[in-house]
Amino acid sequence: MGSALSEKIWERHVVRRAAGEPDLLYVDLHLVHEVTSPQAFEGLRLARRPVRRPELTLATMDHNVPTNDEPPEPISAKQIEAMARNAREFGIRCFPMGSPEQGIVHVISPQLGLTQPGMTIVCGDSHTSTHGALGALAWGIGTSEIEHVLATQTIAQTKPGTMAVIVDGALPADCAAKDVILAIIARIGTSGGVGKVIEYRGSTIRALAMEGRLTISNMSIEAGARAGIVGPDNITFAWLEGRPYAPKGQHWEKALDDWRSLATDPDARFDREVKIDARRLRPYVTWGTNPAQSVTIEDRVPEPDALPADARDSARRALAYQDLRPGTPVRDIAVDAVFIGSCSNARLDDLRAAADVLQGRHVKPGIRALAVPGSMRVKADAERMGLDRVFIDAGFEWRDAGCSMCLGMNPDILRPGERCASTSNRNFEGRQGPGGRTHLVSPAVAAATAIAGHFALPSDLR
Amino acid sequence: MEAVRRIAGRALPLARADVDTDQIIPSHWLKRLERTGYAEGLFEAWRRDPAFVLNDDRYRGAVILLAGANFGCGSSREHAVWALLESGFRAVIAPSFADIFRNNALKNGLVPVELDETTTGRLVALVRADPATEIAVDIERRIVEAPGVRPSFEIDDFARTRLLEGLDDIALTLRYEVDVAAYERKRPEWLPRVIAP
Repeated sequence: MGSALSEKIWERHVVRRAAGEPDLLYVDLHLVHEVTSPQAFEGLRLARRPVRRPELTLATMDHNVPTNDEPPEPISAKQIEAMARNAREFGIRCFPMGSPEQGIVHVISPQLGLTQPGMTIVCGDSHTSTHGALGALAWGIGTSEIEHVLATQTIAQTKPGTMAVIVDGALPADCAAKDVILAIIARIGTSGGVGKVIEYRGSTIRALAMEGRLTISNMSIEAGARAGIVGPDNITFAWLEGRPYAPKGQHWEKALDDWRSLATDPDARFDREVKIDARRLRPYVTWGTNPAQSVTIEDRVPEPDALPADARDSARRALAYQDLRPGTPVRDIAVDAVFIGSCSNARLDDLRAAADVLQGRHVKPGIRALAVPGSMRVKADAERMGLDRVFIDAGFEWRDAGCSMCLGMNPDILRPGERCASTSNRNFEGRQGPGGRTHLVSPAVAAATAIAGHFALPSDLR
Repeated sequence: MEAVRRIAGRALPLARADVDTDQIIPSHWLKRLERTGYAEGLFEAWRRDPAFVLNDDRYRGAVILLAGANFGCGSSREHAVWALLESGFRAVIAPSFADIFRNNALKNGLVPVELDETTTGRLVALVRADPATEIAVDIERRIVEAPGVRPSFEIDDFARTRLLEGLDDIALTLRYEVDVAAYERKRPEWLPRVIAP
């Protein structure tokens, strides 16, 4: 029997295997940010241990950096300073605030060409699954594991299972990659992928540009998966070629041969397979407080009693928190804020999709609208295309790169009770600020909603 | 990490499913540079509700948390584990755990005990009926002990040994330095190194 892509990458990285123990895997790239790493560096200092391979490690600052001209507030500043100090002390390259390469860690690594097919990549952040879009095996780890990777360049892990999510058919024109992944999560649930690597397969995935694949892989963790992955193909190779850290010359040819051999074998068997018909998808809007609690924009807020028995309790709690009444049409829900950003949807394609809707229109008065590019490079590219003018003229704030309102660690937060259409990945209670109410949507729906003042499709706008 | 063999005491019936780590410890607590100082942030938002079970004095001093399925989903923040430990919890019993949370818990000696919905439900009913009910988690024998219930749970040998002996993972791996160095010599030459492009 053949192997799946994720199994091939796993086997290639086993440094040590012993019966009854997790495999010890080599880590090709370790991404580090300011929030989950300070205690790991402190652990190294206490044990007088060096970083084994600083050149396989990249640091940046993203979670709590301000995205406007204000200086970071004092507590965040300490963490930002600690990141810079730790990078210096341990010889790690860091793209700090103010660097043209700074940005959300999961945006900058693919953009630099550091994320490549067949690699193992870890980071102290659950959205590390993003990098699977390029055919890398990438997953989030905790601070103790960060310290372990820094010290040894390896990680001990039990082998995950495999799962295939096969999406076939042409995506309707008003649907985006975000709607595909929200549909997948709605189908398999927030723990549908626990213990498994999800490989996204099928004609819909093959037809998606890299940005869309990154959005889908990004939210694998929202289905509980250990990682998400897409088989590398010509779209992957074309996207990588010429990027700063991509292989060059002879190395490029060798790498291509190798990457082509990674594809899941035709006779490979997955532990579980799920099929999705893309032709029947509609744009999704989450109504609840976990990413599986969603309906399409044509639907109404569900009646908890009509849901499966084990979903009712959390649905009732979610509706109370979100202040929503069952039966309300999704399009009738008004919002106070719109956030376009995050490692899910803050790449150039995402900003362009939103700008297409905003062009020549204005945000409904009273709505706070934020556009936060995923990296300073994305910001510069967008400005070269004039997208900043479109956002600003439409009434959006045009910010610097960072995680921003996705998780409310910097001053970009919702006020208690505020409702937000957000292109981010988590609608947990208080995620965007204590008492804030989050609805996850695609960039185009977020933009249309900013104009209409309530959930809307671009085609709803006059 | 401290060795942990048996945990016994009161249990707190949280009994909610899909508890994400943003609820366990909200993000603004993540700005600290230390591994300590998180107890006050544990379930910070839910604790504002006086009826929230963590505010119920009858469960004060609980060492076991009884939770619903998919406990610890979402963010990878290890701070969630630190906040639970600092608040006195030594084990979480739930029908299932999110992968990263489980790893983080085991690294810190917080024992994730997986028991099916029915058994977890029985334990919840027991401690709701009598908050003084003592529940024990025996890591060595892989069983949970409560009045009238004595389920066994699964934990792999490696994780169990690590808990029982309180082993330092890094020291363990550094013993295999020869294997790591041998692996490094075979890595493809095109793989990226983070130096100036």
